Amino acid sequence: MGYHFDFSDLWGYREVFFKGIWLTLFLTAVGCSLGIAVGIGGAASRQYGPKWLRVIVGAYVEAIRNTPFLVQLFFIFFGLPAMGVKLGELQAAILTMVVNLGAYSTEIIRAGLASTHKGQVEAAESLAMSGPQIFRHVILVPALRRIWPALSSQCVIVMLGSAVCSQISAEELTFAANFVASRNFRNFEVYLVSTVIYLALAIGLRYLFRVIGRYVLKMSWE
Amino acid sequence: MSDISTWDIFRNLLLAARWTIVLTLTAFIGGGIVGLIVLFARTSGNKALVLLTKGFIELFQGTPLLMQMFLMFFGVALFGLDVPAWLAAGLALTLWSAAFLAEIWRGCVESIPKGQWEASASLALNYMEQMRHVVLPQAVRIAIPPTVGFSVQIVKGTAVASIIGFVELTKVGTMLTNATFKPFLVYSGVALMFFLLCWPLSLWARYLEGKIHGSRSH
Repeated sequence: MGYHFDFSDLWGYREVFFKGIWLTLFLTAVGCSLGIAVGIGGAASRQYGPKWLRVIVGAYVEAIRNTPFLVQLFFIFFGLPAMGVKLGELQAAILTMVVNLGAYSTEIIRAGLASTHKGQVEAAESLAMSGPQIFRHVILVPALRRIWPALSSQCVIVMLGSAVCSQISAEELTFAANFVASRNFRNFEVYLVSTVIYLALAIGLRYLFRVIGRYVLKMSWE
Repeated sequence: MSDISTWDIFRNLLLAARWTIVLTLTAFIGGGIVGLIVLFARTSGNKALVLLTKGFIELFQGTPLLMQMFLMFFGVALFGLDVPAWLAAGLALTLWSAAFLAEIWRGCVESIPKGQWEASASLALNYMEQMRHVVLPQAVRIAIPPTVGFSVQIVKGTAVASIIGFVELTKVGTMLTNATFKPFLVYSGVALMFFLLCWPLSLWARYLEGKIHGSRSH
């Protein structure tokens, strides 16, 4: 193999990488928080809503879970403008991530809600807790605790999936990598470094979710 | 150029779906074989092998599929080989699927009660014989529904291959959009094709899962 690895040139592009990392983190933070919010709403509608709403949410979940993220992204970024909805690349990226994670987390959170024991709700009612109080303290938070590992994995998948947002020129980490590679032609080194950065981000995100689980949801630290 | 009718669009998408299916099958079969090897190494109890496979799984589950494809594309080229897009995509998808399938199957193997391992060990079976005759036949039954479920992820994963230039559904969609300027119609068609590929698999996985849980409750 007559190839000499040369990573030294990459340091000169550190600003580009930092900008890309920042945008990937920004997309993930906004996409995941809004996506989980959509998921909670979707799960509650699917579990307790009227029939027609359940059907609509069910169709939304099936449609999103059975099509690729990339196609959803292209549909929203290239397809919707034809219908008069024009979105910038960042807005399109965030919207796709929210819509995508919303569907997956609806399904995940619904499983948590469904496993709530009926006696729990009855006990809360006998303590004269109001409907919203019961939903929040007795149903939702314990449900989130049960499905937290699944939900955090899904958020990591969404973060890694955001790499394809480079295709609509959202300037996140992969876009930065493509940019640097097109400048210094050190393709393999550039993508190797980016991959390692993604791995670190994934490990960090997983840790962050454990911290949130520990301090916000008061879960035990396994 | 503007003579491309709606029917032409759908015909071309249908033809492109073949390549999505071919890539899916390649990744599924290749990933299954590599995944099985990883599974054996992961559950072998050999410290070095366990550490190695843990690293492999962490690497492929913790990085974007797109990056893996880029690395295959430019990495294999370092050996002086000319890398066609299908090879890079097939390799990346195979290893990616292997990492996920090995983890899914590990869960199934570990759900087999410890007594089964101990009983077969007391019959002087070695590790491979225990797996072959006692553990795997039981684990396979539990493993089928999540494996079918994961095949949906592989079908969707193939869309990423369009970025490195593999001509499948998504890539043909982009090409048709550039020729017809009808992105809404074309990408709706692409999404529909993927849906028609994935939905039956999703339903099948759910059905199989229901069957297992049904038989367990009796």
